[in-house]
Amino acid sequence: MQKIVLVLIAGGVACAGHRPAAATSASTAPASRATDADTARSTAPGRGGISSPLADPFPSTYRPFAARPTIIRNVTILTAAGPTIRNGSVLLREGKIADVGTSVTAPTDAIVIDGTGKYVTPGIIDNHSHIGDGGVPEDEGTQTDDVNEATSPVTANVWVEHSVWPQDPHFPRSLAGGVTTIQVLPGSANLIGGRSVVLKVVPSRTVQGMKFPGAKYGLKMACGENPKRVYSSRGPSTRMGNVAGYRAAWIEAEQYRRKWDKWNADHKGDPPTRNLGLETLAEVLRGNILVHNHCYRADEMAQMIDIAREFGYRIRAFHHAVEGYKIADLLARDSIAASVWADWGAFKLEAADAVRGNMALLTHAGVRTVMHSDDPDGEQRLNQEAAKAMAEGNRIGVPISEDDAVKWMTINPAWTLGIDGVTGSIERGKNADVVLWSGDPFSVYSRAEKVWIDGAMLFDRLDPAARWRTDFELGFVPENRGGAR
Amino acid sequence: MTRARLATATLLATSLVAALAAPHALLAQTIAIVGGKVYPVSAPAIDNATVLIRDGRIVAVGASVTVPAGAQRIDATGKIVTPGFVNGASRVGLEEISSVPATREMIARGRERIAAAFRPWEGLNPRSVLIGQTRDAGITAIVVTPAGGLISGQAGVLRLVSGGVSDMLLRAPVGMVANLGPAYGAAFTPRAETLNRLREILEDTRVYRTRRADYERAQTRPLVASRLDMEALVPVLEGRVPLIVDVDRASDIETAMKIARDYGLRLIVKGGAEAWMLADRLAAAKIPVLTGAMNNVPKQFATLGQRQENAGLLAKAGVSVTLIGNAEGGSTDAFTARNVRYEAGNAVAYGMEWNAALRAVTLTPAETFGVADQIGSLAAGKRADVVVWSGDPFEFSSRAEHVFVNGVQTTAPTREDLLEQRYKTLPPAYRTP
Repeated sequence: MQKIVLVLIAGGVACAGHRPAAATSASTAPASRATDADTARSTAPGRGGISSPLADPFPSTYRPFAARPTIIRNVTILTAAGPTIRNGSVLLREGKIADVGTSVTAPTDAIVIDGTGKYVTPGIIDNHSHIGDGGVPEDEGTQTDDVNEATSPVTANVWVEHSVWPQDPHFPRSLAGGVTTIQVLPGSANLIGGRSVVLKVVPSRTVQGMKFPGAKYGLKMACGENPKRVYSSRGPSTRMGNVAGYRAAWIEAEQYRRKWDKWNADHKGDPPTRNLGLETLAEVLRGNILVHNHCYRADEMAQMIDIAREFGYRIRAFHHAVEGYKIADLLARDSIAASVWADWGAFKLEAADAVRGNMALLTHAGVRTVMHSDDPDGEQRLNQEAAKAMAEGNRIGVPISEDDAVKWMTINPAWTLGIDGVTGSIERGKNADVVLWSGDPFSVYSRAEKVWIDGAMLFDRLDPAARWRTDFELGFVPENRGGAR
Repeated sequence: MTRARLATATLLATSLVAALAAPHALLAQTIAIVGGKVYPVSAPAIDNATVLIRDGRIVAVGASVTVPAGAQRIDATGKIVTPGFVNGASRVGLEEISSVPATREMIARGRERIAAAFRPWEGLNPRSVLIGQTRDAGITAIVVTPAGGLISGQAGVLRLVSGGVSDMLLRAPVGMVANLGPAYGAAFTPRAETLNRLREILEDTRVYRTRRADYERAQTRPLVASRLDMEALVPVLEGRVPLIVDVDRASDIETAMKIARDYGLRLIVKGGAEAWMLADRLAAAKIPVLTGAMNNVPKQFATLGQRQENAGLLAKAGVSVTLIGNAEGGSTDAFTARNVRYEAGNAVAYGMEWNAALRAVTLTPAETFGVADQIGSLAAGKRADVVVWSGDPFEFSSRAEHVFVNGVQTTAPTREDLLEQRYKTLPPAYRTP
């Protein structure tokens, strides 16, 4: 029931302009201190009056946690970059994957982990999360619900990072599910819902301390039933009203972009007046913010593709894309990713044509496919969701291998966030975002046993006493140490 | 079997497909499922065993069953044979599209939050497209449980046979659903006030039960519930129909236990996020629990102690546990009612014995709802609701290859199958059947 509420009322959002992924700096800094990652920041004079491309007024203060060189040996590695490596090793050093293969030499001071019978995958990435902005306890109505700024159909001016509560108990649970990076999105009540934020799933007192260094912002857009229902009394109340709304927003944004690009080039006269919403949209038009478009129906996705073409921006990913399988060829043609569920359907009319084969059919058509959650429970088990979609592909004669399926939850979502150059696969030089699974990650019986982010082990199922507990949990939530197993 | 079914849909003429899905009588003959590892559930597993089905009933189960000449043989070598799974809290058939009110039959308006007379199966749509896909995944029976209000209405057990509601209905009512936890909405109701209300209803039902004649002559004080609602509550007061209380916080479960003691009610706990805290007491009081294994989030103040080990801890303490979906993205929705087997797999991952988890989706719900003489196990005389799995039924990679309900396999493609088939190659050939 809660899920329905989230889907109906909330929705993903997209990005706003930010530094390009290549410009990573913090993520390449050596691991130093284990704590206070969120305290260091400079106090340079503000430039609040200027609509500057790539402005970064809430910069990441994330620093990798302390780490020791670690080698996992005798393990099956699903790399998301090539074929499975059996009986292999992976070496994590100075926050990076230093080596991977069947014969890896480790420094003498490395921690050695025997991975016999176990699996390694890249850290899981959920590109559609509402944890942090839709925290718990969620039955307190508006008190923890910061997902939808449902006050106007276009709220490109909001940034979801200003809704994120770092003490949301969902965070440690996602980490325990092997999730190392998430994109938090505004909801889908609005045609244009605002900026997303890409976070590392790490304990921090501030949102800035979780922000993935160098990740682009996203812009959340939404099609279909949600906006037209939410705004039925004031409009848009129809799908044609939705489309008119997007186009009106982009017309304004294009004008704004031209005005500011001119001023930024010549600095003649007073700068134009800043407008937060148009600034975000202009950054989309400049290609600095990636569009994440909530859309269920095939026909609506095809129309959104035309709107993007009309205004010269690109849609990075359709989210939910319940009918993606009907237009897989169109998505493949335009290199638009599809971010889908394994088996959600029938919760509203635009989800009536949901099929479990969606993921497999899209994959076979050459679409970059992503297993997303839009749900804090699902986010903890994206490996199980992928397993379901793989099984359905195999059932209907559209075979999917484990090497395909692991990409759905790692390198493919990394691409949708523009961070595939630094994370999302087990390859030399990439961030050491790594999960050790107790067994085949596509088995219902397997669980993430250890999780590393930038080479630091932040979760160890075998050491319950060291488990990350949010401030909220202290005293409120029993510790569950030991448990049944 | 499902792949075969897709091929069938594509290659064969429509008329032949129709013939395959034809009346039971044609197919309800003698069937022998041979060579599989059989889990009768009521008895230890048997390797290389035969399940013999005749006219919709199981007639023999064992390693040395003689297969009569002329019997249809199903080779289950290397496969696993279990009773059909039961979803112990389902809205299949009662909810087609959740956001379309005209297809929602789960929540009664009631009168002042009381809907004891509500029998949701009377509104069930036997032609729901979700029934076939649920059955194809190995679920052969569901327990429909209404929701909402203080007294939500009655629960019933239905088997997923094709036909009408009367063909599907196995036993009803099997419970009266009530909510004792925090009630949110326009106006929050404090727990103790909800409790007073429940006591008032029970006490008025007592008056109604003992003074029916006076009531009919309007010679009693005004009673809070309607006549039909009180009539439905009489068997609950008499301990013949259990009260299924949807409740999570440990102290709320204790309250429900006290009410049950005070009024001599049989109690079933549903939800039970913090039931593990009271495992021994629930076991001692023989109170069954319907819960899941995929929720560990302190979503509400009433579920702060929610954990995935809940089902395993309860089973270990001797509580009768039925696994139902209890997480979003789990099997709480009609579309995913078929996922209850993954709930079982997750329960095992969090400490439940494998055999206990199998029991928790077969025989235990059958016992809890009083239909164990009919379904939930593989034994002579039971209904032939049998599934042949390609492998471990809790694993994602396994599938239900043969599903028998009443000894009949349904071969009609589901709506989901038809959509997948249509769009398997693009652009779709709209004009090809």
